[in-house]
Amino acid sequence: MSSLTSLTLKAALDGLAAKSFSSEELTQAHVEAVAAAKPLNAFILETPEKALDMARAADARRAKGEAGPLEGAPLGIKDLFCTEGVRSTACSNILGNFVPTYESTVTSQLWRDGAVMLGKLNMDEFAMGSSNETSAFGPVVNPWRRDGGNAQLTPGGSSGGSAASVAADLCLGATATDTGGSIRQPAAFTGTVGIKPTYGRCSRWGVVAFASSLDQAGPIAKTVEDAAILLKSMSGHDPKDSTSLDIEVPDFASFVGKSVKGLRIGIPKEYRVDNMPAEIEKLWEQGIAWLKEAGCEIVEVSLPHTKYALPAYYIVAPAEASSNLARYDGMRYGLRVDGSNLIETYENTRAAGFGAEVKRRVMIGTYVLSAGYYDAYYVKALKVRRRIADDFDQAFEKVDALLTPTAPSAAFGLGENADDPVAMYLNDIFTVTVNLAGLPGMSIPAGVDAGGLPLGLQLIGKALDEGTLFSLGGAIEKAADFKAKPARWW
Amino acid sequence: MAIDAATVRKVARLARIAQPEEKLEPLAKELSGILAWIEQLNEVDTDGVQPMTSAVHMPIPMRDDVVTDGGDPAKVLANAPKTVGGFFVVPKVVE
Repeated sequence: MSSLTSLTLKAALDGLAAKSFSSEELTQAHVEAVAAAKPLNAFILETPEKALDMARAADARRAKGEAGPLEGAPLGIKDLFCTEGVRSTACSNILGNFVPTYESTVTSQLWRDGAVMLGKLNMDEFAMGSSNETSAFGPVVNPWRRDGGNAQLTPGGSSGGSAASVAADLCLGATATDTGGSIRQPAAFTGTVGIKPTYGRCSRWGVVAFASSLDQAGPIAKTVEDAAILLKSMSGHDPKDSTSLDIEVPDFASFVGKSVKGLRIGIPKEYRVDNMPAEIEKLWEQGIAWLKEAGCEIVEVSLPHTKYALPAYYIVAPAEASSNLARYDGMRYGLRVDGSNLIETYENTRAAGFGAEVKRRVMIGTYVLSAGYYDAYYVKALKVRRRIADDFDQAFEKVDALLTPTAPSAAFGLGENADDPVAMYLNDIFTVTVNLAGLPGMSIPAGVDAGGLPLGLQLIGKALDEGTLFSLGGAIEKAADFKAKPARWW
Repeated sequence: MAIDAATVRKVARLARIAQPEEKLEPLAKELSGILAWIEQLNEVDTDGVQPMTSAVHMPIPMRDDVVTDGGDPAKVLANAPKTVGGFFVVPKVVE
């Protein structure tokens, strides 16, 4: 059993194609792994019957010679994706027992390609958080622990359930979303691979909206190749999302293993931040050395507005969130808490339904968009956002991709940063710039810290150039030869 | 700019989130801390910079003005907190 769950997605698909095992067997093994992993709190809804039904249907299609690219592969789905007939809550009490009557475009494409759904994955409420602690279902616990310790660590956020379930071999891969780092930071904290593609690659239709100009779906996977396979199925034009790009989706997996010789890699000097742990600095140097050995040319570049990305983000994202979350009014779906009149009903519903971090962000967003502050805060942030995007444009005149650390630390203890919102926000310092500029970014596990916890390196690419990231990610993966797995305690 | 309790009350009202009186002061402190950190944006020279409103690398497409969905009230009402005879039931809107 455990041998089936320890397979990579690619190896599992090969095994299914070779009839070494059926999807039903593969899915059963994962269903059991999920059921045995309750202490991780990674799944907030398990759908074992549905999974086995889908697996048998996949086996039948394969027997008829109609296997799709993901035929029979069991996946986990972040609870931000609406799944028809299966409760979808964005891990918020305000959505309560919301059961969508439609399927998100991204998940519908996974099912079209033959994938099997194991259930819905825990996350920060409305994807607002960097530690999974804002979830209405309680935090996910990272399968990794410090050497010799048993303190519970965060898997990162917001896609903490996605990252933890992939790291713990509960699924072959998972969907995730990234608004400021929510794919890449959890991937780095759990020794998994995560890619946020170019804005517009994946349709946002049916994905619960947080900050629409920043939100983008992507996979969390065990290997760079697995991430490429999943991203191909998730991507593609969707007329139902007007920001979805009407361009061909490359065969991302074909880029993995390609030579990176002669590629120019930029090292942004502004990413050497104060108080960066020496281990992260060392890992970054190691990454540079690996790419040099693979034949890349290393170029120092400057992204002068880097330090302003997070404060700009904490205007833009809450502003968009305050507008998007206005729909939760207790009238058409979700929670309703009655008051003595309409306004009071709205206010009671939203007070009871939203958690503290969501309220904080909706209020900041409301404030920066309110009369008298709109220009000083919101328009100013949009101008700084342009400056940040221009920095990247200038850097990409000289280089093909950028290499940075993914996060400023390894996984931290649950509760450690809970009292200081700004300290929590700083987790996204290396990832958030990419969302503001709409670029693709990937995190690859590259080593462990002194406590044995995984650390990630981030690659940032030109818009629509995920292919180069998959080649470079493959080169780093090969050089790092990251084989560590969390010792099972759950 | 520091936010006071009165401003928090106003913003909470605009955001349609009930906040008990005793929460206003702590929230004012918390939001002021975040806004003080955001103030560093004023260091950036943005004269003549066009605000960036979208990260999409293409113009927004037009679509045909046709009905593509609808006609399924049961689906629309499926998650409603309160319905009667195929309608949403909401509190009185006009006094």
